[in-house]
Amino acid sequence: MLTTTLAPPSRLNTAAMPTAPKITVRNLNFYYGKFHALKGINLDIPENKVTAFIGPSGCGKSTLLRTFNRMFELYPEQRAEGEIMLDGENLLTSKQDVALLRAKVGMVFQKPTPFPMSIYDNIAFGVKLFDSLSAPEMDERVEWALRKAALWTEVRDKLHQSGASLSGGQQQRLCIARGIAIKPEVLLLDEPCSALDPISTAKVEELIAELKADYTVVIVTHNMQQAARCSDYTAYMYLGDLMEFGETEQLFVKPKRSETEDYITGRFG
Amino acid sequence: MSSTSQTLISAADLGAARAARFARRKRVNRIALGLSLLAMVFGVFWLVWILWETLRLGLGGLSLALFTEMTPPPNEAGGLSNAIFGSLSMVALATFVGTPIGILAGIYLSEYDTHGPLAQVTRFVNDILLSAPSIVIGLFVYTVMVTRFKSFSGYAGGLALALIVVPVVIRTTENMLLLVPAGLREAAYALGTPKWKVISFITLRAARAGVITGVLLAVARIAGETAPLLFTALNNQFWNADLSKPMASLPVTIFKFAMSPYENWQKLAWAGVFLITMAVLALNILARVLTRVKK
Repeated sequence: MLTTTLAPPSRLNTAAMPTAPKITVRNLNFYYGKFHALKGINLDIPENKVTAFIGPSGCGKSTLLRTFNRMFELYPEQRAEGEIMLDGENLLTSKQDVALLRAKVGMVFQKPTPFPMSIYDNIAFGVKLFDSLSAPEMDERVEWALRKAALWTEVRDKLHQSGASLSGGQQQRLCIARGIAIKPEVLLLDEPCSALDPISTAKVEELIAELKADYTVVIVTHNMQQAARCSDYTAYMYLGDLMEFGETEQLFVKPKRSETEDYITGRFG
Repeated sequence: MSSTSQTLISAADLGAARAARFARRKRVNRIALGLSLLAMVFGVFWLVWILWETLRLGLGGLSLALFTEMTPPPNEAGGLSNAIFGSLSMVALATFVGTPIGILAGIYLSEYDTHGPLAQVTRFVNDILLSAPSIVIGLFVYTVMVTRFKSFSGYAGGLALALIVVPVVIRTTENMLLLVPAGLREAAYALGTPKWKVISFITLRAARAGVITGVLLAVARIAGETAPLLFTALNNQFWNADLSKPMASLPVTIFKFAMSPYENWQKLAWAGVFLITMAVLALNILARVLTRVKK
C-alpha cells in the first residue's frame, strides 16, 4: 500500500509489514549548517514494534532519531526538510506546540540524565507538565512508571533520595520510567545501553521487549547483537543514506545488499 | 639497514642506556620539584605572616566592647559597633540588589543569547566592570547619587558595592550554567518542558552550588572594599541605622584609625582587620565546602 509514493523504487525501503506504520518518513533531508547529513530518507516505522537503526559512527542514525521529536530545533544551525507523518500529520510543519509532540514521542539518551532532584520528583516533574493529578494519583503514576521500567523494587524505599545516588543502570531505567510516565506513544532510545555494564544492559533489553506491547520503540544502537536481539525491524544506514530496511531476522540472515552484509559480518565498520 | 642494526643492540646495552636516561629524568624532576616548592613557600610565607600579624595585633583588641560600643574619640575607650553594623547593612543591601541582577544576566548570557551581538557586548562590558578599579566605581556613584541627593548615604555605599557584586555574579553564573551538560538540558526539553522551567528547575538547580559559591566570593570581595565607600557612605562616628544618612563601615574605619597617631584607634583598626579577615576566611571556606559537596 505504500509502494505507490513518489520516491524511486530503489530508494523505497518499505518492508512488508503486518501492522500499520506509526511514523512515515518521506524524502527527509537534514542539514547541519551546510553539511548534508540525511539524504532523502524514506522509511515506515511500524506500530508496537521495535525498530533498530544501525550503522557506523556518523552515518546519521541519531540524527534521524532526533527529527522524530524535533530535538534538533534546539540548535539554530540544524534543519530538516521533508515529511515525517505521525498520526496523519507532518510533524515538521505542524503548528502544534512542540511540547505536545514531545509528550507523544518520548526520548531516552545515551548517557543517563537524572534531574537534580529526588527519584520521585524525577518522574513527577514530567507528569506535572501535562496532567494535574492529586497526590495519591501521582503516587500511583510514579509507582506505575517505576514498575514498568523494572526499577520499583530497587527504589521503593528511597523514593526521596537524589536520582544521582543510583547506579548508572538504575539511572538509565529511571530515565526510561520518566519517559513513559507521561504516557507517550513512541519511545526513542538513543544508544541507551552504551554507558551501561552487561547486566544493566540485559535488564534494559528485557524492558524494551516488554515495552513494545504498549509503545512504538525506535532504538539507535552501535551494537549489532543488540539490534539482532531486541528489534523486530532494522534499518542499516551509511553516510546519510538508508541502505536497507527490513525485518531484523531477514536483514541479518539474508541481507539484500552486499554493503549491509559487509557491515553486519564485520568486514567493515 | 637500520632495522637490522637496531635488533643487534644487546639487551644489556639497551638496559644501561635506558637507566642513564631515566636517572637524568629523575634529576630534572627533582630540580623542578624543588623550584616549585620554593615558589610555593615564598607565596605561603607572606600569607602566613599576614595572618599571624592580624592574629597577634587583632586578637588583643578583641572584647565584648568591640561589638557593643561605638567608635570612640581619640584616647577614649570604645568599640566598632556602628562600623560593624554599617558594613553588615551595606554588604547585605549590595548582595540583595546585585545577586538577582547578576544571576538573571548570567542566565541570559548562557541560556538565551550565547553568541548574539547583544551577548558579546554584555560580556565585554561585564569584563571591563569586573576589572574596573573600585575607586572608579566609588567616584561614579558619587557623581550620580551623592551630588544629586546632596548627601553621603548608606544607600550610595550599598549601590557602589552592588556594582562590584554584579559582574562577579554574572561571570560565575554564566560559567556554572555552561558547565551543565547539554544532555541534561536536552533530556528536559525531550519531556516537553517549557524553557523557563528547564532553566529554573533543571539547569539552575544543577548549577546551584557553583552559583552560590560565586555569590559568596562576591560578598567576600566587597566585605573588605574601602575605595567605593570613601565618597559614598563616607563615615559616621555615631550609631546610625538610617541608610539615607552617612554610614560607618569597617574598611573605612580601619583606614581612618590605622593612619591616626592615637594608640587606641590603631588597636581598634587591628581588631577590625581581624574581624574582616575572619569573615572573608569563613566565606571562602563555606564556598569550598559547597563546591566539594557537589563534587
